[in-house]
Amino acid sequence: MGIKTLFEKIDCLLRYPITFSRIVAAFVIVTILAVAGVVGARMILVPSFTAANDDYRYQWHRVANEEEWKTVAVKHQGNSYCKGCHADQHKNVAASAHAKVECENCHGPAFNHPDKPEKLVVDKSRELCLRCHASLPYRTPKYNEIPKGPMNLKMVDTEAHNTGMECVTCHDAHKASFK
Amino acid sequence: MNPSRRNFLKTGLITLAGLSVPLGALEFLTPKAAATTVKDSSLRWVFLVDATKCIGCGMCVKACLNENELPTSSHYSRTWVERYVVTQDGQMIVDSPMQARAGYIRNDPRGKEIPKENIAKGFFVPKLCNQCDLPVCVDVCPAGATYKTPDGVVHVDRKWCIGCAACISNCPYGARFFHPTLHVVEKCNFCYHRITKGLQTACVDSCAFGARKIGNIKDPNDPVTKTILTERVAVLKPEYGSKPQIFYLGLSQEVK
Repeated sequence: MGIKTLFEKIDCLLRYPITFSRIVAAFVIVTILAVAGVVGARMILVPSFTAANDDYRYQWHRVANEEEWKTVAVKHQGNSYCKGCHADQHKNVAASAHAKVECENCHGPAFNHPDKPEKLVVDKSRELCLRCHASLPYRTPKYNEIPKGPMNLKMVDTEAHNTGMECVTCHDAHKASFK
Repeated sequence: MNPSRRNFLKTGLITLAGLSVPLGALEFLTPKAAATTVKDSSLRWVFLVDATKCIGCGMCVKACLNENELPTSSHYSRTWVERYVVTQDGQMIVDSPMQARAGYIRNDPRGKEIPKENIAKGFFVPKLCNQCDLPVCVDVCPAGATYKTPDGVVHVDRKWCIGCAACISNCPYGARFFHPTLHVVEKCNFCYHRITKGLQTACVDSCAFGARKIGNIKDPNDPVTKTILTERVAVLKPEYGSKPQIFYLGLSQEVK
């Protein structure tokens, strides 16, 4: 079958004669569809790399990663979260010189307490208290972060002050004073 | 249309013109992408450190390690506290044992006790990523894995990081390190999961001394912005030209 007979057969099928201009027109249409297809596929398949600023050095990244960083779980819930159940202890602490100390500084991060974990492990060690209360020659001796007003930061000589004993034996951290 | 030479040339030229339109010109901008090109300028996170208030308890470091899921075996941290001691004979001793995650409880800079009368001055300086406006680390990353968000925070994309360490060696502040288990680069991102929910960063919350504050420099009513605009603040290593965004009150010239 010659090329001419083939064309004639297609002509019959389409009921339109195949002319040169029709071939060109078909080519143009196919090209436009192909470009539209590529652009469309790019929008769906390839993640966007936004230009966050005008500087070419700083603009390329996977935008979805910003959202990924937002989904990291919050572990430290803050004093207001603890207040929900432990209102009495919160009241004690808020009235004391430890008002600005987060519960979680000593009790550890709450995560989803009381569901998970059910119990928090409190650090009662001497070393924890000494983080703020060890006497260092270059430690700022004034403390004025609490509503009560400026006061001296209580600092003890680590070597002389009841060595080997836990601070909580005599002191109550929730009242920031003796038991 | 006749299959003439004229028509062939005409249609051919139109087709060529259509093909020469770059694909990018046909791309539609999503509303979000369009918004970033006109720059949403209502938010830019900055940090204010009052170095005079820091007493070196290291609670911020402890909270940071817990909040950002770094194992206790990690020898690095996203934030750390440095101790500077200058002796009477002009010698300077700087240390930060395990980033001060256990705080400073002894007068033993670099393991050697310095008698009180020998100390000319001493102080603590909390440090963290400076979230630079022109971040060197982003500039040098060959993988496009680290980037700055429109609100000014520099992130590492853990899926794209190839672990080449170019950013680690180019950061003027030493704020970057390898994550001990994930083997990608790790850095402070202002607790992005917290600040985007309206919380403070873990280090700000855990500081009982008010030495750390986070704020929005684009908001003129933000107390942090007010302090930065009206008080004597300084930044670390401005000579690198990276426009760091951690502002310090009471910074001494010894601090590098």
